[in-house]
Amino acid sequence: MTADLMLPRAFRITKVRRELADTFTLVLAPDDDGPVPPFQPGQFNMLYVPGVGEVPISISGDPAQPETLIHTTRAVGAVTKAMWSLKAGQSIGVRGPFGSSWPVEAALGDDVVIVAGGIGLAPLRPLIHAVMARRAEFGKVLILYGARTPDDILFDKQVRDWRGRFDLSVHVTVDRATGTWSGNVGVVTKLIKRGGFDPHHTTAYVCGPEVMMRYAADALVAKGVASTNIWLSMERNMKCAIGFCGHCQWGGRFVCKDGPVFNHAAVADLLPLTDF
Amino acid sequence: MVNVEGLDTLLHSHPFFQGMDEGMLEFIAGCAANERFEAGDMVFREGGPADKFYVVRHGIIAVEVGVPGRGKATLQTLHEDDVLGWSWLVPPYRWTFDARAATLTRVISLDAVCLRAKMAENHEMAYHLLMRFTAVMAERLHAARMQMLDLYAPGGGPEGDRGP
Ligand SMILES: Cc1cc2nc3c(=O)[nH]c(=O)nc-3n(C[C@H](O)[C@H](O)[C@H](O)COP(=O)(O)OP(=O)(O)OC[C@H]3O[C@@H](n4cnc5c(N)ncnc54)[C@H](O)[C@@H]3O)c2cc1C
Ligand code: FES
Repeated sequence: MTADLMLPRAFRITKVRRELADTFTLVLAPDDDGPVPPFQPGQFNMLYVPGVGEVPISISGDPAQPETLIHTTRAVGAVTKAMWSLKAGQSIGVRGPFGSSWPVEAALGDDVVIVAGGIGLAPLRPLIHAVMARRAEFGKVLILYGARTPDDILFDKQVRDWRGRFDLSVHVTVDRATGTWSGNVGVVTKLIKRGGFDPHHTTAYVCGPEVMMRYAADALVAKGVASTNIWLSMERNMKCAIGFCGHCQWGGRFVCKDGPVFNHAAVADLLPLTDF
Repeated sequence: MVNVEGLDTLLHSHPFFQGMDEGMLEFIAGCAANERFEAGDMVFREGGPADKFYVVRHGIIAVEVGVPGRGKATLQTLHEDDVLGWSWLVPPYRWTFDARAATLTRVISLDAVCLRAKMAENHEMAYHLLMRFTAVMAERLHAARMQMLDLYAPGGGPEGDRGP
């Protein structure tokens, strides 16, 4: 069983989409044409580029359509840059899905606040699909998204579609305004402070750089959201992804097995501190 | 200054003044006026006299700075529940940025000369007002540092290289 979990399965790339200057989406289908395992929002796969290496990447597609396996990746280093140069028709190894997931059920009856920073929108997109598939079972649904510049807004067409919906509030802010941008400028925590949700009946899901997650969680708590109702997704370097090698150890936890999605109340002490 | 009574009620309902003593608010409202800016109107310009501060009631104000060769850069946008401007507190009382209404914006403006005189007269009120401004300044400083950190850049910091 463990050996199987360590063995990548070959998938072919059926589509490559350039999302941003450094970010791309791969749509994958198994070479053996067998079924694709279902996944929960927030889970990740280990993607293996032959001869280069293997990295954890969250699934960014719709959990209701697991057969279309979608990953959105930012090219930052050896493996992800090698992935960037892959083309449709080429193969990639896939292991997974692994890890804990965004607990959708935890928000039933509550307002849902989804806070994303940068590429953090990708691991949250399956959650957005899952929530919207059961829209009537939640209160207000807000997506608060912070990007670097207007040109760095991920899934911008989809974000515009979401903004056009009456049953969803989408607020985008950028750190630096460029071009003809006439929207919000400032940090994503400001959007939290502005509210528009009932903090005492809110479940929040946060994904982005660790410093941003820490301040976003602090802003949610300051607003009155219980720490136990806040969920974060952590990143650590990984090797086995199944809790064996210890590479992803974080405090007393393994991010691959106990995470990547953690409850804020359980990990708040471990979040990075900046001394400003 | 028209309709002072209405203004202290408006001030009272603004988060910036939340919890402030009614008497103090009435005192402050003596320096207040309603103002309205159309989208695109300048609220103030860099270098101009900082003779007011603004409590945003409705709309969006862009705080901008001119960057030679790059035109205007927006540093932040302010919305209802925000206040705009603290240069009126610090000599030589000149604005250090431009502020422009990005949409139709309604504000309560507070006359700085009037307010500074009242603060000199009533130190307790001055203390409460300054405490509120200090909190706003701390929040803005923190936000500016976060923006400077460029958290969403590759590597999560300014050293990150860009693009594959
Ligand atoms: C559970 C989990 C889910 C993830 N999901 C995604 C995802 O959906 N999309 C995605 O793009 N990435 C995701 N990541 C991050 C991704 O795994 C790393 O970016 C990747 O491992 C980097 O490998 P590399 O060989 O390309 O870069 P390396 O050669 O390992 O690193 C090269 C440079 O990139 C920097 N770097 C490494 N990781 C990151 C990072 N996460 N962000 C910014 N800079 C980094 C390093 O500091 C170094 O300077 C996830 C990570 C985890 C643990
Ligand atoms: S990656 Fe091996 S224990 Fe988590």
